[in-house]
Amino acid sequence: MPYLFATDNEQQEMLNAIGVRDIDDLFAMIPDEIRLKRELELPDPLTEIELDARLRKTLANDAASAQRICFQGGGAYDHFIPATVDEICARGEYYTAYTPYQAEASQGTLQAFFEFQSMMTEISGLDVANASLYEGASATAEAIIMAMRATRRSGKVVIAGTLHPEYRQTVKTYLHRLNCEIIETAQVDGVADWQQAAHLIDKNTAAVVVQHPNFYGLLEDAPRVVELAHQAGALAIEVFDPISTGVLKRPGDYGFDIAVAEGQSLGTPLQFGGPYLGILAARKKYVRSIPGRLIGETTDRNGKRAFVLNLQTREQHIRRDKATSNICTNQGLLALRALIYLAQLGPQGLREVGELCCLKAHYAADQLTEKNVGRVAFPHPFFKEFVLTPDAPVGEVIEKAKRAGFNIGPALDRFETVSGQSNSLLIAVTEKRTREEIDQLVDALTT
Amino acid sequence: MENRQAVNLLQELAVPGRRATCFPPCDVPAVELNSLIPQEHLSEKLPELPEVAEGDIVRHYVSLSQRNMSVDTHFYPLGSCTMKYNPKRHERWANLSGLIDVHPLTDEAEMQGLLGILYEMQEMLAEIAGLPAVSLHPAAGAHGEFAALLTASAYFEAKGEHRTKVIFPASAHGTNPASASMAGYHCVQLKPSSTGFVNLEDLQQELGNDVAVFMITNPNTIGLFEKEILEITRMVHEAGGLVYIDGANMNAILGKTRPGDFGGDMMHYNIHKTFTGPHGAGGPGAGPIAVRDFLSDFLPGPVIEKVEHEPGKESFTLKTPRYSVGRLRSFLGNIGILLRGYFYIRTLGGKGLRQVAEHAVLNANYLLSQLKDVLEVPGGERCMHEFVASAKSWKQKGISAMDIAKRLLDYGFHAPTVYFPLVIPEAMMMEPTETESKQTLDHYVSAIKAILQEDPEYLHEAPYSTPVSRPDEVKAARNPILAWSPCDATKTCNATNPEEGAGASQTEAVSG
Repeated sequence: MPYLFATDNEQQEMLNAIGVRDIDDLFAMIPDEIRLKRELELPDPLTEIELDARLRKTLANDAASAQRICFQGGGAYDHFIPATVDEICARGEYYTAYTPYQAEASQGTLQAFFEFQSMMTEISGLDVANASLYEGASATAEAIIMAMRATRRSGKVVIAGTLHPEYRQTVKTYLHRLNCEIIETAQVDGVADWQQAAHLIDKNTAAVVVQHPNFYGLLEDAPRVVELAHQAGALAIEVFDPISTGVLKRPGDYGFDIAVAEGQSLGTPLQFGGPYLGILAARKKYVRSIPGRLIGETTDRNGKRAFVLNLQTREQHIRRDKATSNICTNQGLLALRALIYLAQLGPQGLREVGELCCLKAHYAADQLTEKNVGRVAFPHPFFKEFVLTPDAPVGEVIEKAKRAGFNIGPALDRFETVSGQSNSLLIAVTEKRTREEIDQLVDALTT
Repeated sequence: MENRQAVNLLQELAVPGRRATCFPPCDVPAVELNSLIPQEHLSEKLPELPEVAEGDIVRHYVSLSQRNMSVDTHFYPLGSCTMKYNPKRHERWANLSGLIDVHPLTDEAEMQGLLGILYEMQEMLAEIAGLPAVSLHPAAGAHGEFAALLTASAYFEAKGEHRTKVIFPASAHGTNPASASMAGYHCVQLKPSSTGFVNLEDLQQELGNDVAVFMITNPNTIGLFEKEILEITRMVHEAGGLVYIDGANMNAILGKTRPGDFGGDMMHYNIHKTFTGPHGAGGPGAGPIAVRDFLSDFLPGPVIEKVEHEPGKESFTLKTPRYSVGRLRSFLGNIGILLRGYFYIRTLGGKGLRQVAEHAVLNANYLLSQLKDVLEVPGGERCMHEFVASAKSWKQKGISAMDIAKRLLDYGFHAPTVYFPLVIPEAMMMEPTETESKQTLDHYVSAIKAILQEDPEYLHEAPYSTPVSRPDEVKAARNPILAWSPCDATKTCNATNPEEGAGASQTEAVSG
């Protein structure tokens, strides 16, 4: 057992000091009838050398497929991660620290999260942002609950049918016991039908939620969503893609009240879906309804600038059942990754990465169409991801791509709640993809 | 030796025109963006991110990191948080190809290695809990609580029972009532007691056919094992309710007893505590839940199933349980943290995990034995993995728990959790964990004894050696500055007449 300290002698000294004979005496509080009288049935322990070898062997096949060139989308993307992100976040001073409750012992963390919040307000175009939530889908649910609190309306929310299907399921789970009706808009050609949804948004509606660009990669009529929500006195919530904000208008620019996002694209590796980063930003007037931690600036007893956890009376450890959320542990280390990522990019880099994604995605879509691999399913503008309806069965197309060294997809039929688009798949193109890779993919699918 | 530049925000170090990451030139035909994206959607101005060089970034964040205490650098006896050593090998393995680079929507056939590992993790967590069905889905402890409470409500719904109440002791973590409230339950808190033990009569009074779940942390947040846990769980079951075990304190009982064996029906683990997924300055965690068989169909999902095609030939698949409460997030779970927990359990095995509990309890009791002469310990002379001391008797001499906590920082120790649980006045909750030496504990004890001999007036202004001291939280809350802006910076930089600090908050939290 590599992580213990006490030698037999020290153990004895400590037991003597406590005044007991052996360690088991210390467990006298546990009634005998519930003591485990055997060892836990777990696999035998392995040394570092053994487990290292075993893991590499177990993962050999998985690694081979993960190393294919990635055109996968659907809520997680293969964006470039600068080395500084990994290097800085590997520092034990950050990743082995606790939640910064003791401000004097945590100024590093607190200041970094304050800088993070500042950058989140910049990319969302809103006034305040929290220090992170779990990931995009639960952040969306939290935003809706926040809107219910802020508007004092709990009867109904209207969400775009083009919101990521797993986000819609998550919202449903979160709201299931809160007696709030969830209305999903219909969709036409891959975008939400706001025309038809207009009459559904009324004075009982707490929030209107749209993902933009949506699950299919398409731009939604964001200004219309804001208008419809505000006409009814509801809050407008945008699920946005942070990497798009150097090219597309930010949620605040459109007039949204709350913005949430999956922050994985900002410097977090794919790692099979988590841990990722939930981002939440809002207009200042809703600050006391925000879930999760907020870092604030103040001064210390000597007048020096200092950072502290702020407005904690919203939170579970103070307000208990009246808290704005039950969240405690958040995604601090991923917030730090996003912070360093955005510091590396700066405004110009953010612009460039957005442009590259957009131009390359359109090049890929054009080539796939021109070479008759299939057609782009929807007629609306898209950003970095699009739906392809291939001429061949989608399963075959995905296999063909694999054999040529590319991962594409997911196929839309993977999601139960995505309707009306048979034999289609998502293709996402990030700044990492080269023209050569795109051409090779198209060639592989043409032959 | 401190780098004074670190006190500047990155935003203040910016110089227009500086760059760090540059991207390769566009290699596909360049077209005007407004030919692809309608003009009304194109941004009119770029987000005002700081313009800095890579060297700025590295020096800034490395310098900032030195303004933190951490497990790697300091003893961190923060009660209820299990700040144990985070093995470095876990970091290496979590970054292996096949884990770090797997897209979450990859075909199952292509990640049988990873799914097999996660399936094994489910099985191991089931064995440690004594509860057979596990969902790895929740992202943190509080998320696990919420998930389990929804699971319970789905179960009662299926049975046609309408139960509206969740009960918990006064010493419960704040996440318990907060989760119950989010799950649509009415919260009932039992009367406080200084041992944290549940008063059976109080409990009996609240029990009835409207009670869905009784939530209990065992060992409790005072660090004591609930001796009457069997009677408690029997009473709850008799009323038709379910027992939820908050697994925050599992470190004390690994391999010694199991929630399933003492009547728990559901529990969550905090992988970032018990199984040493690092705390990450506040997260990420992972909060898998384990439940009894009859609840397995309601678990949030997906979960991982083993399919045996023919003897010896098996594969792993993601499956949503039959009557699942649904998803609580996108994708499967916080895999990176779950894997670190897996590495830990595989390194230790059954015997090693039992030793973890034994040494955690040994260290806590040793620390208690060395401190009980100077600090009152209302819970008595024995504890499990942690104990709560009270600085109440020192309060008359003008020394508060907060004073001791702050001054400890000067001695090079992170403070214990103070003012939690709420049921003990001037509470100082200490959890040394198993990964500290006797020497470290002795030094810590000497520091506390020395502090108690210091001038109370001097202590009120501690700490003296940290980058800042006693930040004014009242001021922060009265006029919240939550993001940087050039004008705020000028204002605060020019502040010459600081308000007297109102001290740090009176309640500290513990993670979920």
